[in-house]
Amino acid sequence: MSSVTADTPRLDFAGSPINKALTAEQKIELFRKMVRIRRFEQIALKYYNAGRIGGFLHLYIGQESVAVGTLSLCGENDHNITAYRCHGHAIMSGMEMNPLMAELFGKATGCSKGKGGSMHFFAPDKNFWGGHGIVGGQTPLGLGLAYGLKYLGREGAALCYLGDGAVNQGAFHESLNIAALFELPVVYVIENNGYSMGTSQKRSSSYRGCLAQRAEGYDMEWDVIDGSDLYEVRAKTHIALERARKEHKPAILEINTYRYYGHSIADANHKKYRSPEEIEDYKTNFDPIRLWRKRLVAEGIITDEQLDAIDKEAAAEATAAVKFAEESPIPTIESIMDDVYWETDNQTPASKIGQHFFTD
Amino acid sequence: MSRTLTYREALREGLDEELARDPNVVLMGEEVAQYNGAYKVTEGLWAKWGDKRIVDTPISEAGFIGMGIGASMLGVRPVMELMFWSFHSVAFDQLVNNAACVRYMSGGLINCPIVMRGPANGGTSVGATHSHIPEGLFAAFPGLKVVSPATPADAKGLIKAAIRDNDPVYVMENTKLYGNTGEVPDPADGDFVIPLGVADLKREGKDVSIIAHGRSVLHALEAAETLKEQHGIEADVLDLRSIRPLDVDAIIKTVKKTNRVVLVDESKGFGGVSAMVSHLIQDNAFDYLDAPIKRVTTLDAPAIYSQHIEHEQLPNPRRIVEKVLSLR
Repeated sequence: MSSVTADTPRLDFAGSPINKALTAEQKIELFRKMVRIRRFEQIALKYYNAGRIGGFLHLYIGQESVAVGTLSLCGENDHNITAYRCHGHAIMSGMEMNPLMAELFGKATGCSKGKGGSMHFFAPDKNFWGGHGIVGGQTPLGLGLAYGLKYLGREGAALCYLGDGAVNQGAFHESLNIAALFELPVVYVIENNGYSMGTSQKRSSSYRGCLAQRAEGYDMEWDVIDGSDLYEVRAKTHIALERARKEHKPAILEINTYRYYGHSIADANHKKYRSPEEIEDYKTNFDPIRLWRKRLVAEGIITDEQLDAIDKEAAAEATAAVKFAEESPIPTIESIMDDVYWETDNQTPASKIGQHFFTD
Repeated sequence: MSRTLTYREALREGLDEELARDPNVVLMGEEVAQYNGAYKVTEGLWAKWGDKRIVDTPISEAGFIGMGIGASMLGVRPVMELMFWSFHSVAFDQLVNNAACVRYMSGGLINCPIVMRGPANGGTSVGATHSHIPEGLFAAFPGLKVVSPATPADAKGLIKAAIRDNDPVYVMENTKLYGNTGEVPDPADGDFVIPLGVADLKREGKDVSIIAHGRSVLHALEAAETLKEQHGIEADVLDLRSIRPLDVDAIIKTVKKTNRVVLVDESKGFGGVSAMVSHLIQDNAFDYLDAPIKRVTTLDAPAIYSQHIEHEQLPNPRRIVEKVLSLR
């Protein structure tokens, strides 16, 4: 969270055109999306701790305003891709909780048929090109989405999310160079939660207190955003997205945010590399859902009781998703060999030629 | 009707025809456009097709290969040139985690119709870092397809099939073959495509099967001539052409006919293509073997620079002849 404190005076972005255009219903919808992400993950955490979910679980709790603020600006022509902390982007892209929860439970009804897991949610029909497991490995793919849009003569831009740990990966720097050189409509969003796994930014990046500034070396636009303010996230992201859509110019946005849990839930030491006070300070003063809630009430468009009801609905939806996941069948053993090759799945004449699989 | 073309001309003709057939095909790589290609495979294509279809990239393999993979997910059909397949190491994450896995991890929702092509070979005295031969390595990643053409006709037919394929296909060419000539069917006689997964019996014999791919096929054919002339041994020479999918039926058929096998593979012996082929033979045709399966592979050291002895580190006709004679 850099040097921002609860008392730091802030600009008010409520009056920016993109925010003024929001109806009361749309503002409430942003709240609904944030609590749906949080409730989904809180229940996932419970079942992860109960041993019902395999592998890793990288929770987005605390960062909800980033996915919700940025993706609320995206239309049918825009695309997005992210890393392994992908639940928020998936839900914000319009994926339903049932197939997502079933994926966590490793069930055949999961969005990736139990083949992807927590880190690998995908919905290309919703322009969501997935969560990707290797730090920074998705950054050239996001570039490719932008390249594809431009090559195919299509409207829109690509949003590519990465964590602050990914900024030191070569693939990211290669992507920035090509993005600026080829003038591709990609907006890189660094979700800076302060820690590259268990190592703080101070100990993992050589920089002047701002990661997005690295864009200058590539002659690219950049901005820094307070992630606890949904209005600011939307206002600044909108500018970058419009530039990408209309001028095919890339940008880097660094959104300062925070995660309440460790890098993943397997990261049991997260209270050792950062203080409990630091976590509490964020929860109390910067939690994006809490702040948005206060804002909506202050603006007089909804009451606390109505917001509670929305929150309850979200929790109920997540609980129902667990039931769906638990009652869903596990994948068949035979299905292990599906989805490897397009050709064998589609039973073309060519799929009968040669041997594709070697199982013994 | 057919004409004589070089291997590089045949590849170029295949690329050109696919560029004409499908507007979503785009060629990318270091110096493929204005420089006309490091090995001149893409010569003239930029002049003909322009900046949009033929794209020079920075020397930035992870970046531009990843970009191609992302674009292929959206429906572009990129053909990426790796100036040397040895540079795969710079882009390995993109090649094996993204291209190979995205279809599976998405439960079949996302396809990745991309082609990676370029030379993968030793024998040009360029030292260890530029002489890797990774077809066996990439064939070990499910989700990828790997081909290794030996002749101009195969090069054209396979590159065209690779571009039309909806899965990632890695085409392992060979610098030493680019100038070789061979008969290639005339485009006027129809669309010439060789399906992936079909081996080709390049020479018929009855005494021993020599199974090879890529440039080793030419060594095997030369060895077969020597064996016939000097020792009266008739060799079947089977060109795998496609490493994955692999034509296991053709392999077993030749073994059942000759009962003796020598596998030739420019990879190193440990984990190379021939190691897998050897396993498949003993698993499927053990009872037909009259002698142990033998292999001729690249001697198990990083590639030596010295132009005086590099050919001895690689499979060559003399080493193949000796290995065949050892079976008697």
